Amino acid sequence: MSSLNIIRFYLNGQLHEVANVESTTTLLNYLRETLLQTGSKEGCAEGDCGACTVVIAEQQDGRLRFRSINSCIQFLPTLDGKALYTVEGLRNKDGSLHPAQQAMVDCHASQCGFCTPGFVMSLFALYKSENRPDRQLIDDALAGNLCRCTGYRPIIDAAGQMYEYGKEQTAEQQTVINSPGSVKALEKELVEQLEMIKPAKDKKLGRHFYAPLSLDSLTSCYAEHPEATLLAGGTDVGLWVTKQYRDLPEIIYLGQIEELKRINIAEGFIQIGASVSLTDAFECLLEHYPDLDEIARRFASPPIRNAGTLCGNVANGSPIGDSMPALLCLGTIVRLRSAAGSRDVPMHKFYLGYQQKDLQQAEFVEAVLIPLPEEQHVFRSYKISKRFDQDISAVCAAFNLVLKDGVVDEISIAYGGMAAIPQRALQCEKSLLGQNFELAIVEKSMQVLSEDFTPLTDMRASADYRIKVAANLLLRFYHEVNGAAKNTTHVLRYVG
Amino acid sequence: MSTAKSKIKGSVGSEHAHESAHLHVSGEARYVDDIREPRGTLYVAIGCSEKAHARIKTMDLTAVLAAPGVVDVLTASDVPGTNNHGPVVADDPLFADALVEYQGQSIFAVIARSVGAARRAARMAKIDYEELEPILSIEDALENESYVIPTINLDRGDSSAALAISAHRLQGQLSMGGQDHFYLEGQVALALPKEDGDMLIYSSTQHPTEGQHLVAHALNKQSKDIVVECRRMGGGFGGKETQPALLACIAAVAAQKTGHPVKCRLDRDEDMIITGKRHGFLVDYDVGFNETGLIEGIDFMLASNCGRSADLSGPVNDRAVFHSDNCYFLENIHITSHRCKTHTVSNTAFRGFGGPQGMMAIEYVIDEIARHLKKDPLDIRKVNFYGIDERNVTPYQMTVEDNIIHRLVDELETKSEYQKRRAEIASYNKTSPILKRGLALTPVKFGISFTATFFNQAGALINVYRDGSVILNHGGTEMGQGLYTKVAQVVAEEFQLDIGQIKCSATDTSKVPNTSATAASSGSDLNGMAAKVAAKTIKDRLVNFVSGEYGVPVESVIFQNGEVHIGSDKKMSFAELTERAYMARISLSSSGYYRTPKIKYDPASLSGRPFFYFSYGAAVSEVVIDTLTGEHKVLRVDILHDVGASLNPAIDMGQVEGGFIQGMGWLTSEELVWNESGRLTTHAPSTYKIPVCSDLPQDFNVELVDWSENREETVYRSKAVGEPPFMLGISVFHAIKDAVESCGDYKSSSRINAPATAEEVLNAISRVNEAVKSGA
Repeated sequence: MSSLNIIRFYLNGQLHEVANVESTTTLLNYLRETLLQTGSKEGCAEGDCGACTVVIAEQQDGRLRFRSINSCIQFLPTLDGKALYTVEGLRNKDGSLHPAQQAMVDCHASQCGFCTPGFVMSLFALYKSENRPDRQLIDDALAGNLCRCTGYRPIIDAAGQMYEYGKEQTAEQQTVINSPGSVKALEKELVEQLEMIKPAKDKKLGRHFYAPLSLDSLTSCYAEHPEATLLAGGTDVGLWVTKQYRDLPEIIYLGQIEELKRINIAEGFIQIGASVSLTDAFECLLEHYPDLDEIARRFASPPIRNAGTLCGNVANGSPIGDSMPALLCLGTIVRLRSAAGSRDVPMHKFYLGYQQKDLQQAEFVEAVLIPLPEEQHVFRSYKISKRFDQDISAVCAAFNLVLKDGVVDEISIAYGGMAAIPQRALQCEKSLLGQNFELAIVEKSMQVLSEDFTPLTDMRASADYRIKVAANLLLRFYHEVNGAAKNTTHVLRYVG
Repeated sequence: MSTAKSKIKGSVGSEHAHESAHLHVSGEARYVDDIREPRGTLYVAIGCSEKAHARIKTMDLTAVLAAPGVVDVLTASDVPGTNNHGPVVADDPLFADALVEYQGQSIFAVIARSVGAARRAARMAKIDYEELEPILSIEDALENESYVIPTINLDRGDSSAALAISAHRLQGQLSMGGQDHFYLEGQVALALPKEDGDMLIYSSTQHPTEGQHLVAHALNKQSKDIVVECRRMGGGFGGKETQPALLACIAAVAAQKTGHPVKCRLDRDEDMIITGKRHGFLVDYDVGFNETGLIEGIDFMLASNCGRSADLSGPVNDRAVFHSDNCYFLENIHITSHRCKTHTVSNTAFRGFGGPQGMMAIEYVIDEIARHLKKDPLDIRKVNFYGIDERNVTPYQMTVEDNIIHRLVDELETKSEYQKRRAEIASYNKTSPILKRGLALTPVKFGISFTATFFNQAGALINVYRDGSVILNHGGTEMGQGLYTKVAQVVAEEFQLDIGQIKCSATDTSKVPNTSATAASSGSDLNGMAAKVAAKTIKDRLVNFVSGEYGVPVESVIFQNGEVHIGSDKKMSFAELTERAYMARISLSSSGYYRTPKIKYDPASLSGRPFFYFSYGAAVSEVVIDTLTGEHKVLRVDILHDVGASLNPAIDMGQVEGGFIQGMGWLTSEELVWNESGRLTTHAPSTYKIPVCSDLPQDFNVELVDWSENREETVYRSKAVGEPPFMLGISVFHAIKDAVESCGDYKSSSRINAPATAEEVLNAISRVNEAVKSGA
């Protein structure tokens, strides 16, 4: 057994090495069934309930980041080179509870207790990344964890109260785990450990799990194994295994390729590599498009955004993917790569039909390029779902408008949930272009949407509702462009 | 008994943490799937019907058997005893034979060496169906007179006559969706064959005794041969009352056949597809009332979707009937209750057990009366409240003796600044074209006791050891509600011992027999009392022993704060006493038994006193809706809830808050959708949306009524708390309705149905707008 076949990670501070695993063994099943560490629970096996939440520590841009992920859909080989924390590893050296745990006890925040380890881990990730979060930050941090017993109030209280316990610690008692936020001195050992297990060469982990280190070796690996499944965050591919019981004979993992983890801003574009997590991608995009904040917050949940990638969302091409309406609307370019070289495709040409994309054999999405904002533009993106947080859109809409003297000079409108692919509303755009941006014109254009789309009825919404609300979102956009304050147009922004 | 003076840890009335809290937060609390599996454990997956209604023409399991890792398969013919897991009526086969009646019904099971192997193989069956016409909706069932059990009628007074002469009369319909329990821990059972054909089953269940009986029947054995144990569940909510028996029986049959331990654990999707849910209801009403809104006569037709079999649908629908009055005196009333059979999953117990649907019916009617009379719904509610000494008899002939709703609602109205906010909202809505706010106060009166009178009994077993430590066992199960904690507090109080001296042990049918389900909010009332009796028995023995040894009167032997005071000058620790008592050959173990007094109920005439007492509460909710999208947000909630003299205010607060949010979820985001062929399309958290953190209103003010004591002799005068707060969530629905109807200046009804999803809200707004246009 070569060291290039061994998965190496730190598990609660101890070096852990595994070989000869099925490539698609989930981290949760490995913890529960092989290591008999049953603290992490399976509530749904699809990354939607958070009972399996664990925390990964990684070096990124010279910073150590602790981030929650769903262990139920994470394949074990992706752990290579990382530090993993589970609920079993949080207690202090003297056996006392971690502040996140103690706060949960003191606030009476567990009832049946089954979701509790997951909440504790999400709180731990919050503890390590934010100091004194407000209610909004707490809600966001816990959006991926379902509790059916408490109604959440005591858990929210615990999220505030956990910071109180650290104050009582002496310097000797402090560890990288139990100290809030980032404390460089305490992180030194962990940083060194991560350096030590950083893969130095392309690895093959598990039966057919390839983990190349460079873009070039990825390209050639894919050319050699064109039937392989490309894996980045695994937030969709994981479900093929846990829900559909599919066999994935070969997997190529993109998560170890530094070139793909980069975000570059150059020549008028924000270039986001294929391995950049949704969390990081949105963090950058929000600097340039602050109006993406609602989509960024409401896109799945923190554990999913920490694992999943923006390029994965784009490459997957689901008709209800939340990033694409906004990206389409902003004129995004999809950069594709294969052994033959790379090519750029405008996003609206990338989607050909349901689950059909302009992708050749052994070609993959290397990056997406989002134009930097033009001056004078007004951009909005809205999402409609049964629940505000961590839900899949019934309809997602994005609008990008440039007005000149009250006349529509440029307009792009895109929707998700309205067709077999994320799609621009070209007829609607046409009816607005060159017109005065006024109510009568907008109302007429709202009617035109039924020429652009014939949506489906499903469990998320009826076709009638979709077409009606798609039109009404254009109306909301109109009101906002005309100066209506957001707290008068959107219940989420309402402040009493 | 003075409780406030106790200095012991975990005394009655203290905010003691859940007994497992430290285990929950560290991942050390073990659920059934966390139990270390014995060597040779096999895994079972259930093969389900793909059709809603069909005859099985042929079934070929060759490929299933040949699949990797498969050990054996089970079908109906492999069940040695009764092929049934129906709790009341034997109409629920473990494995369907010949006929399937819902998509997801168990037909066969695969036994394999891994969970994955079993689940993969279960998909390989080749089943040839002859499809039959399914009945998929309540409307279809009513039209076809398709019922699981007979319709019942309840009459008091003469509603027809009253309706005919009332100054105002309204008729209408309300539809309510069902609800998935979404306990975080899915259904699971682990069966271990023991010697001599015995079977031990670890089951995640609210009703170990029923599991024991049904497993015994399935294996053709007796109760003495079967032990069912449950330390804790990862949530129950009623979903683990009857439903776990299917898994327990299948695991047991498989274990008996193979001789191996066998685990049956459902994946989330399987769980949601195979197991029952809250009943959806359709309500027709016809109400007559006077100028003040006083209801003079009312007719209700309550029709529920029971699914394919009876399960608990009889008592669930009875409870809906018994709560169609809520807090209101309905002098002339007729209720018809249809228990509809459809070809969907058989619906079951769920927190409130029909009560929420009954209450929704009358609250909806009250709201409609208010719209019609252009009054504030709160005024109509008050006009119709039960009186204290008159107008205080329910339609089922029980006198409401403990009515506190007037004071409770008055206090809440003041605390929540209802009237001030009502005015503010009216002016906001006049100037806000897109967003509209709504406000509603709804009350709750919930009857406590099983309506099946014989269930109102409980047993407990207490063992005191020589070192003064105590093991406590009782028939109640722990699903997160804090029952074990509360009962331990009762025992701690009785012995005057720190609660740390008392170990809660797993519910076990071999320790306390013939237990009732932990359901109907009765857990603490029944098991707390039984444990108190057991503790008292042991304590009396100790007192008599000390009295004899020291020659002091029994009155002068006082247990206090971990010590036993003997007369005025002697004392010893509890542990010292138990050691001495042992040496003197005094029994330190006792069972305890309790049955609820006063209740008497005749199911034939639907009358009597089905409930020992009532629990009360009320909530005020304020929402804002978006008239362009139908989205809503809950802005503020004020709750005042009655738990009598609380055994543990922190735990009770958890029940009130959690119940409210769950009730809110039922009526807002939680929508069950079946497609046209009867397939449930919302069978995972990706499609079925229970509330999350951000759904908790920013402004959330919950208080327990601090002046209430149960007038009945319950354990330390506490009241049941499990179910009643669920119905506080009804206030959110009515606040949404209020906001929607503000679009028509509160003049016309929106006919909004539940759940009030964004789509339903937008449709309701359209109806209001149309009504305004047409001048209705």
